[in-house]
Amino acid sequence: MTDGIAVTADGEVFRGRSVGAGGIAVGEAVFNTSMSGYQEIFSDPSYAGQVVVMTAPHIGNYGTNPDDDQARRPFAAGIGMRSMSRRHSNWRATASLGEYLAHHGLVAISDLDTRRLTRHIRDRGAQPIAMGSEVTEAEVRAAASAAPPMEGRALAMTVSVDEPYVRPAEGSARGRVVAVDLGLKRDILTNLTRLGYDVHVQPATVSAEEILALDPTGVFLSNGPGDPEPLEGPIEAVRGVLGKVPLFGICLGHQVLGLALGGSTFKLPFGHHGGNHPVRRLADGRVEITAQNHGFAVDPWSFGDGNAPAPDESAAPWEVPLPAELATRFGLARPTHQNLNDGTLEGLACLDIPAFGVQYHPEAAPGPRDARGLFDTFAGLMDGTA
Amino acid sequence: MPRRDDLSSILLIGSGPIIIGQACEFDYSGTQAAKVLRSQGYRVVLVNSNPATIMTDPEFADATYIEPITADVIESIIAKERPDAVLPTLGGQTALNVTMELAERGAFERYGVELIGAGIDAIRRAEDRGLFKETMEAVGLAVPRARYARSLPDAMTAAEEIGYPVMIRPSFILGGKGTGVAIDEEEFRAKAGHGLAMSPIREILVEESVVGWKEFELEVMRDRADNAVIVCSIENLDAMGVHTGDSITVAPIMTLTDREYQEMRDDAITCLRAIGVETGGSNVQFAVDPRTGRRIVIEMNPRVSRSSALASKATGFPIAKIAALLAVGFTLDEIPNDITGKTPASFEPALDYVVVKVPRFDFSKFPSASGRLGTSMQSVGEAMAIGRTFPEALQKALRSLETGRKGLNADPVEEVYTSLSDAALRDALGVPTSSRIYHVAEALRRGFGVEEVADLTAYDPWFVEEIAAIVDLRRRLEAATPSEGGGEDLPGIVRDAKRMGFSDAQLGYLWGCSPDAVLALRRTHGITVTYKTVDTCAAEFAATTPYMYSTYEDESEVPPADIPRVVVLGSGPNRIGQGIEFDYCCVHASFALRDAGYETVMVNCNPETVSTDYDTSDRLYFEPLTVEDVLAIVDAEQPVAVIVQLGGQTPLNLAHHLQERGVPIAGTSPASIEAAEDREQFSALCRRLGIRQPAHGIATSATEAEEVVDRIGLPVLVRPSFVLGGRAMRVVFSFEDLQEYLHEMYHAPGEDGLDLAAAPLLIDRFLESATEVDIDAVFDGTELLVGGIMEHVEEAGIHSGDSACITPPPTLSSSAHDAIVAATTDIARELEVRGLINMQYAVKGDEVYLLEANPRGSRTVPFISKATGIPLAKIATRVMMGATLGDLRAEGVLTSRPITLTAVKEAVLPWSRFPDEDIILGPEMRATGEVMGIAATAGTAYAKALLGAGMEIPAAGNVFFSVADRDKQVGLAAAQALHHLGFRLVTTEGTARFLAHFGVPSTTVPKLGEGPGDTLEHIEGGEIHMVVNTPRGRRARSDGRLIRTAAQQRGIPCITTIAGALATARSLQMGRDELTAVRSLQDWLA
Ligand SMILES: Nc1ncnc2c1ncn2[C@@H]1O[C@H](COP(=O)(O)OP(=O)(O)O)[C@@H](O)[C@H]1O
Ligand SMILES: Nc1ncnc2c1ncn2[C@@H]1O[C@H](COP(=O)(O)OP(=O)(O)O)[C@@H](O)[C@H]1O
Ligand SMILES: [Mg+2]
Ligand SMILES: [Mg+2]
Repeated sequence: MTDGIAVTADGEVFRGRSVGAGGIAVGEAVFNTSMSGYQEIFSDPSYAGQVVVMTAPHIGNYGTNPDDDQARRPFAAGIGMRSMSRRHSNWRATASLGEYLAHHGLVAISDLDTRRLTRHIRDRGAQPIAMGSEVTEAEVRAAASAAPPMEGRALAMTVSVDEPYVRPAEGSARGRVVAVDLGLKRDILTNLTRLGYDVHVQPATVSAEEILALDPTGVFLSNGPGDPEPLEGPIEAVRGVLGKVPLFGICLGHQVLGLALGGSTFKLPFGHHGGNHPVRRLADGRVEITAQNHGFAVDPWSFGDGNAPAPDESAAPWEVPLPAELATRFGLARPTHQNLNDGTLEGLACLDIPAFGVQYHPEAAPGPRDARGLFDTFAGLMDGTA
Repeated sequence: MPRRDDLSSILLIGSGPIIIGQACEFDYSGTQAAKVLRSQGYRVVLVNSNPATIMTDPEFADATYIEPITADVIESIIAKERPDAVLPTLGGQTALNVTMELAERGAFERYGVELIGAGIDAIRRAEDRGLFKETMEAVGLAVPRARYARSLPDAMTAAEEIGYPVMIRPSFILGGKGTGVAIDEEEFRAKAGHGLAMSPIREILVEESVVGWKEFELEVMRDRADNAVIVCSIENLDAMGVHTGDSITVAPIMTLTDREYQEMRDDAITCLRAIGVETGGSNVQFAVDPRTGRRIVIEMNPRVSRSSALASKATGFPIAKIAALLAVGFTLDEIPNDITGKTPASFEPALDYVVVKVPRFDFSKFPSASGRLGTSMQSVGEAMAIGRTFPEALQKALRSLETGRKGLNADPVEEVYTSLSDAALRDALGVPTSSRIYHVAEALRRGFGVEEVADLTAYDPWFVEEIAAIVDLRRRLEAATPSEGGGEDLPGIVRDAKRMGFSDAQLGYLWGCSPDAVLALRRTHGITVTYKTVDTCAAEFAATTPYMYSTYEDESEVPPADIPRVVVLGSGPNRIGQGIEFDYCCVHASFALRDAGYETVMVNCNPETVSTDYDTSDRLYFEPLTVEDVLAIVDAEQPVAVIVQLGGQTPLNLAHHLQERGVPIAGTSPASIEAAEDREQFSALCRRLGIRQPAHGIATSATEAEEVVDRIGLPVLVRPSFVLGGRAMRVVFSFEDLQEYLHEMYHAPGEDGLDLAAAPLLIDRFLESATEVDIDAVFDGTELLVGGIMEHVEEAGIHSGDSACITPPPTLSSSAHDAIVAATTDIARELEVRGLINMQYAVKGDEVYLLEANPRGSRTVPFISKATGIPLAKIATRVMMGATLGDLRAEGVLTSRPITLTAVKEAVLPWSRFPDEDIILGPEMRATGEVMGIAATAGTAYAKALLGAGMEIPAAGNVFFSVADRDKQVGLAAAQALHHLGFRLVTTEGTARFLAHFGVPSTTVPKLGEGPGDTLEHIEGGEIHMVVNTPRGRRARSDGRLIRTAAQQRGIPCITTIAGALATARSLQMGRDELTAVRSLQDWLA
């Protein structure tokens, strides 16, 4: 047990003890408010380049198991927590979290005042943080201030698979989905194969021609890390397939879709990372509790010659209307989902071509599964029944 | 979907008296609902028989009916008020049951009333266990295998089919009454028989037992648009087999992976949809096999529950308030989250802390109870604590319980455990009891392995390991004793200890120094408390509501304030003798202070209460009520005054410690409080003032005790001046009784002789056949405001909390009345009371004796306030802060109005939870709650109170009548009255002869064991419909006791005092019309 220290780019110091690998980890500081699912979070490629602070105090309680990993290895740059469990207990566990962190060389600090850190990020906005053990405060401080901001970083290209691979459908296949891996989570794959699709996973560098050459029933754009704007390759590829095959994007995939449609994205003050975000389905007014993990969002007012109305400070965020229609490069689209905490756009659907995306995670893992039906929607689009 | 405008008036049904399994949480829920419905512009009509509730304060509803919660009464309220809708889901099982009854008799259709919240089909599907199982299986959820049985033989077959062990559940019962797990046929026979008797329809469900599985609960809310959210997840430390109400529970769930949690979440929502709970909160309970993860649904409550109160306090999400809004048409996304103000209620709270709830038991009051916990709830209250980690929250919760513990062992009481043999300790780990958690810590301290402890207790190993962390730290603390040098990293260890919830008292115990010395040491090292906010969102959004808990972290979040603050200390966990009444007073104090321009700061640790609602006071500290914890809050808040008078004994016990440390105490000084509690000081004061007390003395040896008794004469009331646990008060009629008592109380095993020195025996002359009178008053330094005078129905000797009382007093002579007021004024002046004082007197003929003076708010303050319309607690609070009664009159806070009503308070006792208990009343309080009956005459008011208390007095039939010799004279009147009412009296020979002498006929049966057809056989044969039996002595297996217990177990009303019998007989003369004539409190007090 050695001392651990974390310093934010703006110089705030947090002390705890190291419970993971040695060395210094640097990344954008984000907090995640999920109360369970740490393994899924640490292994979610969307956390590449980020140091995740878990607001739930006890981490490691139920150990780790091979089934819950969302990718081949953890992608988070570092972990901050309040209390690392001394023992784990669960019938599915095969290793403790400590063993997992050590095995993967992940830097993690426990015993932090994670609430103070969370409030700091909330009040001062997302910013880099560095953490480490057996290092001096000066070293950590220097690492934090040298860290680049998240804006402009095309991290998806670095986490994507190098080689394509196929995950066959469960049972007999009803079609073929080409999934562009921008940082794909395993549970997304599982949801697609469970519905009867062979999934051809392609690296982020895949072109429209290569996708179409696979004769897909549908194209899926995955979640992933970093800023969507510099992802020129994927955006181009999407433009090349839009209108030709049904397309569904989740999270970063949704942002890439938004950009391909001619909109723009912006960075949220501290992002959405948790499993309790209320999202209104605009079609029927129903609210889904969703899993979220993103720092950027599609600006609904950026399409066509749309202009954002002057913000109405008196209105509650969940009452601020979104534009009724989005004029995109591929015809009209419509906002389909809205975040009720801050009014941001959570989903859009094209009206003239078969394409839609959501900002949140219908596959959950971790988080509530209220929105799983979206995979059926995608299937319907591919079947031509939706 | 916005507010429903087609409704304008809504009837809210409360939950009645506090009983085991149904406590203050329904005052919290009813109050929230009434408040929010009125703020939405609805006319709120409310019925509840419990006067100690905030919800029944006249300002919380448009029409408040303090009436019995029976179908007849509610139907007449409906007929009178013609509400558009009834909201039945906020008043616990009581409200649901009466709603079902009303529905069955067609009352809602008759008056065109709509049920909102949950419809009758949904209630039925959830409440009928068989239907529930069918419904669950239909949507693919697993349930334990089970079958109904309506007779013992049938039940035995069912148990064979299912296979032992099996769980037994009587149909239509409350809070697990009569349920149990039987491991074999023999145990089954007994428990199934009892279960059949407990069920009003003589039916039990025989169910597959899953004892030892993990137990979980989810609190779900659903709205009209079918949006559903999980407000809170709860994991029980005690496995299946211990009722959740008796389990230590933890929020959020700790030992499930996200995948298992989400599956459970989906199941819970599926369950709500299948049951058809349209809107509102429900809780769903699950059992999970720790070896395989197999999950089954145990039950769901289609209403707000005790767990909802816990969940609301644990998360800051006001379930009852939101349930009420959903019931009138809103959807979750239309309701703002009060705590953030900027986000909607359609979300799931995220916790960045851990909540632990620990139940509190009062077994010492019920000698027949084994102390073993099971599937029927026995706890009388609970404490909740919030910490950043489980160990911290657990230790805080344990010291919040006020059972003399400073945390998880490491305190003087731990000797009980350290002195056990390993074998005894191992045995104790296998039995669920209220002290098992301490055995666990002791076992770990001795080096038992975590796995072994987990196996023996069926606690999840994760929890045991976290407890082991506490024990390890204790070892480090012991190795770092400051007086022995302290070791290298003393500050680090102390910081770790505080972060694990150790109290300064525990550190002081381990180090052999005072808690003050520990505090001083901490201060030199800068290890001081920080406060964090309960904000529903793990700090994702800024919170506007200061709902705080203490922990030891880097940053404290106490918001600055510029208005002067007053701290109100609450009453902690409910226990017998200190319940909701005190919470009522504290809440009133807070309201009064806010009105008077102060910022109010509430400190309490009872999750069931209105006081721990985040919007009751300006600031809420959910903290243990100990000197250390309160001082830290005072340090942080710098209040101008601290109110200790209203939370019962809890804050009173802290008063002088606080004052010694410079804390400003409002009102009556701690020195005066002590003067009233110290027998010698107080006797001297009474002598000085010429106030008569019963003759008394103190004995420090057995001989001295005999001398005192010789001097003052028999009978006497005896009690040790100090005992841990119960109070052990007893009436002694002979020297033999005295010897027996002394041996019981003072005989230490393995020692000769009796040692009274440590706790001298207090001896009072027992006043026989005296009328007890209670008075509640406020004194401002010059003037005494008499809140009310209550005459007890049962004679002195029955604890004031257990006896019925009447105000205005029906038989008190005016000279006795004047003597009481004069004595109360003198005492109040002498003690320099500022605020409330409660005095108890015994009146015998013309003589008035003072029994005791309590310079504080009493149990009867809310009752009196309801009966008179005088807001006593509010007035007292203002007086404490310096106002005079004259000032308050000028302000219009104190008004006087003529009293046109008679009010009766009746106590409610938990006998059905303790089926082997002798149900006689005595000087030791055992009631859990009370009801109020209001009418123009005492007879009707008493009858209403009886009805409200759930006494189902038959209108005709056979009464077994048997009274002690000393009761015969008065008993005669009761017998005559019953005879005239047409009851057939059944007696044994002596009584029969006595009655015959006065011309009252009766049927004679043999004494117990003296032939066929004795009383017990008649009772068991269902031929007796009511029992009047007054105790003759204290022999454990006396005939009387067997008869009373038999009656109790069969649900036959049993009256154990002559006064009670008389009053009952009188009330029986009341017709049904009189009992169902209803009148609102607003109307009575207009
Ligand atoms: N099939 C069972 N086997 C073992 N224990 C059970 C079983 N069902 C319930 N219990 C235990 O009994 C307690 C009470 O049962 P429950 O169904 O929740 O009734 P209620 O809460 O209405 O009293 C539960 O908290 C649980 O610990
Ligand atoms: N001298 C006495 N004679 C008869 N009854 C008494 C006497 N003293 C106390 N009692 C009875 O015992 C009850 C409890 O005694 P009290 O001194 O009021 O204790 P507590 O602090 O529990 O209220 C009283 O309510 C009264 O009924
Ligand atoms: Mg239950
Ligand atoms: Mg008393």
